Amino acid sequence: MDRRQFIIATMSAAAASPLRAATGSALVAVAANFAKTAERLLPEFTAETGYSITLSSGSTGQLYGQIINGAPYDAFLAADQARPALLAQAGLSLRHITYARGLLALIKTEGTAMEVSLQGDFNHLAIANPALAPFGLAAKQALQALGLWEGLRARIVMGQNVGQAYALVASGNAELGLVAQSYAQEGFWAVPEGLYAPILQDAVLLRENPAAAAFVAYLETNAAQASIRAAGYGAL
Amino acid sequence: MSWPDLAPLWLSVQLAGVTTVLLLIVGTPLAWWLATTRARMRPFIEALTAMPLVLPPTVLGFYFLILFNPNSTIGGLWRDATGETLTFSFSGLVLASALYSLPFMVQPLQTAFEAVGRGPMEAAASLRASRLDAFFSVAVPMARRGFLTGIVLSFAHTIGEFGVVLMVGGNIPGQTRVISIAIYEQVEVLDYAQAHALSAILLVFSFTVLLLVYTLNRRAPVRVG
Repeated sequence: MDRRQFIIATMSAAAASPLRAATGSALVAVAANFAKTAERLLPEFTAETGYSITLSSGSTGQLYGQIINGAPYDAFLAADQARPALLAQAGLSLRHITYARGLLALIKTEGTAMEVSLQGDFNHLAIANPALAPFGLAAKQALQALGLWEGLRARIVMGQNVGQAYALVASGNAELGLVAQSYAQEGFWAVPEGLYAPILQDAVLLRENPAAAAFVAYLETNAAQASIRAAGYGAL
Repeated sequence: MSWPDLAPLWLSVQLAGVTTVLLLIVGTPLAWWLATTRARMRPFIEALTAMPLVLPPTVLGFYFLILFNPNSTIGGLWRDATGETLTFSFSGLVLASALYSLPFMVQPLQTAFEAVGRGPMEAAASLRASRLDAFFSVAVPMARRGFLTGIVLSFAHTIGEFGVVLMVGGNIPGQTRVISIAIYEQVEVLDYAQAHALSAILLVFSFTVLLLVYTLNRRAPVRVG
């Protein structure tokens, strides 16, 4: 989408909802893996549009559960395509785009020897809960593809979302973690993309809120896409 | 509807049982000391003991993550001694739960011991009972209501533990996947049938336990003095 389309989308959304336009703000639910990246996009977005966005992060499954139970989010940036599709089916989606492709990375806690690998000597490997978080599912798929899932089962600890899984590693409680590359600092191992199903991340506009509509549209701009890739995501 | 997986419930019962026994052992002398001491530091210890009542579980969970991790002193000593880590383990949950439920054991006991007073203990001493003997044959029977309340509340409170386990447990089946975590996960994945089943079990359990306490308390009034 070029800038003109973006502005038109923004303006038409604003026109559709004159009452909410006055506030100029929106509440956006964002999957944990994208929370930091979304936060980094906000200053630029606000400078360009004047709208302000409040972010609320959690696992995709958790946020989806909240939304179908009436949570007041104006837009939802999921970590998969399945939940946005379900929302669309339920008639809750006003607009539906793919905004990022997640990448999986193996990270280590500080002080863990570089030679410690998935086959090696460690106590705990942190992943996000595969039932709730797409990055947890990708981690499970990668471990299964490597033939390690069954053998490691007793050493796998789960966070409720990829952010908690990362925190378990960052605090030194688990030596290894399979998390979003957007969380990894330096010295991570990018898990080969063939080992897990592509993590295509969709965003849905849930309400006719101009700020939220503008934000969803902004995610598709070249500038935003460049920032997203720089934060550790693959090209769409 | 399929029968719910009861393993998390059983794990919670085990955790609560072990925690309650540990708290009885640690909490009884502490409560007795608090009830009888004239030490100046008593209010400080009382305040420390009551802290889990007011601190959010996230604060406790955060400190446990820091203290229990294998690179810290406590976590490191534990790992060297047992070979397992404190976080993500049943032992770690016992330790965390004991701290978390401490006031629920100590406060009823302290109140009960204070109600016993000095008189009966002095009478026992005048009959040449040793202090330990006097404690077990006079103070403990007289404080039985306090013991009952402390045991039941500690047990029930540990069954209901959630936030701390969520932060330091790691959701491992058979180790740290307790009932509150299992219900949370079932709600998150929208498996409301299973969530309903486990929640209903807890609802009935809590009511029964509390009903039992209140009934027994009424039937067995403590005669003091």
